[in-house]
Amino acid sequence: MRVLLKVCSLAAALTSVTLLAQGNPDLQAKVAALDAATKAAQSAGDNAWMLVSSALVLMMTGPGLALFYGGLVRRKNVLGTMMQSFVLMAVVTVLWALVGYSLAFGGSSPFLGDLHFALLRNVGSAPNADYAATIPQQTFMVYQLMFAIITPALISGAFAERMKFSAMLLFTVLWSLFVYFPMAHMVWGKGGLLNAFGGGRIPCFDFAGGTVVHITSGVSALVCALYLGKRVGYPAMPIKPHSLVLSFIGACLLWVGWFGFNAGSALAASGLATSAFVATHFGAAAAALGWIAAEWIHNGRPSVLGGISGAVAGLVAITPASGFVQPFPAMLIGLLAGLVCYFMVVAIKPKLGYDDSLDAFGVHGCGGTLGAILTGVFATCLVNDGLKDATGKVLPLGLIDGKAGQVVNQLIGVGISWGIAIVGTLIILKICDLTVGVRVTREQEVEGLDLSMHGEEGYIFES
Amino acid sequence: MKKIEAIIQPFKLDEVKDALMAIGIDGMTITDVRGHGRQKGHKEVYRGQEYNVDLLAKVKLELVVPSSRAEEVVNALSNAARTGKIGDGKIFIFDVAETIRIRNDDRGESAL
Repeated sequence: MRVLLKVCSLAAALTSVTLLAQGNPDLQAKVAALDAATKAAQSAGDNAWMLVSSALVLMMTGPGLALFYGGLVRRKNVLGTMMQSFVLMAVVTVLWALVGYSLAFGGSSPFLGDLHFALLRNVGSAPNADYAATIPQQTFMVYQLMFAIITPALISGAFAERMKFSAMLLFTVLWSLFVYFPMAHMVWGKGGLLNAFGGGRIPCFDFAGGTVVHITSGVSALVCALYLGKRVGYPAMPIKPHSLVLSFIGACLLWVGWFGFNAGSALAASGLATSAFVATHFGAAAAALGWIAAEWIHNGRPSVLGGISGAVAGLVAITPASGFVQPFPAMLIGLLAGLVCYFMVVAIKPKLGYDDSLDAFGVHGCGGTLGAILTGVFATCLVNDGLKDATGKVLPLGLIDGKAGQVVNQLIGVGISWGIAIVGTLIILKICDLTVGVRVTREQEVEGLDLSMHGEEGYIFES
Repeated sequence: MKKIEAIIQPFKLDEVKDALMAIGIDGMTITDVRGHGRQKGHKEVYRGQEYNVDLLAKVKLELVVPSSRAEEVVNALSNAARTGKIGDGKIFIFDVAETIRIRNDDRGESAL
């Protein structure tokens, strides 16, 4: 921060020196060199943070989510479940290079990008000033890729233990193309319908992916759970997590990786990144306590699974708000997420009777929706002064800034992401069902995905 | 020769082993097993989903001793394994027809 301040004052000094230097070629050259050095210094700082953030977000999928989900399933499905996260690190990466990045961030139409960046043409070390003026566009591209990887991986929590591997691959490719890329463009792409900072017609705040990542994945997860039906034996037979130790490690990796997800979304090593980092951490902490307290009161015992589930719910809910809210509102959002997601998963899900195996909807769908709406309540220009009018005056953001209409915009954004997720996922599931079939046979399900899909076992104690 | 098979609480295993060592019994086979008799199971809750676990973790000891020592071994074993509460386990005694040491074909009690 101190270095940044020095760089800034240096830049200001340079401007006045530039005026003096006019007419003196020697001094002019020196000023130009200093100017270039200043820009290079800022770019180096921002790029270093964004590369670290990219790596942190990838760590959320593998090993974070793979361990979290892998521990929650039965022993016979541990590898199959981990593979559903891991393989996306490969599949979505290739898709991203071919057309994904371009469809999300090319062009400036309201709904979908164009093919300007297809095959990663025009994506090099020069910055793309539409998105991040101080880092190479390749850094921005690879950072956004990590989001495209984890989003479909989150859905796998709903169809865990019963979806065919081939169907899951086809589903993910189609889902990325027809749900994720359009949604990412609408919210974050230049000219996107919901992009508050890029000329969208319905300005909706989503700092790091409450709508784009968590609502789309969580709601699609609910559709998947309803379409595929219950697992054999659910809920009469005990279907217990086989290793909460793995889930615990996974959840803690998610918590750490989330700093890259949210603070990295500042796209610079800036004060805003720090603010998002702090909000993220405080939100997660309050949510973990909220879930633990609810469970302790309601059920008599505070569980480890409850603690880590609460933390994840809080991280989900604070995601859209992280770059807009102060620490105490962040804690309030987290606390509410912990309580709401607890009652969704523990009280409401059993009444509705669907089998969302690992609660992808209960945590990501509910937490994401709650967070997206509360962002409209607690967003403040004291944290984020990115929205300015033509004269450069900083504009109010959310309800607490006195702009009640923002909550309505957030609700529209939530509605659009629910709609795209429901319709898109239903059509894609139908296509997968008619071509490769979505569900494994009863025999394969009883045998477990590790053996029936992959021909191996997770734990072999006798060798 | 008698085969003594005992199902005991896992946390009593070390005490039982020490008690048997103390009377000169140093050969036994131990297996982790699950089961229940009259002892009730316990309840586990995962994200609100309740499960009654009625098969509990136990340890099974198997040892073969000369018939003359069977009573002494059973006493030592049951004294060491007893807490006085439901769930302490059971001891079963079987007649053994023959014992053969694989290394050198010794037979009978000298093979024990």
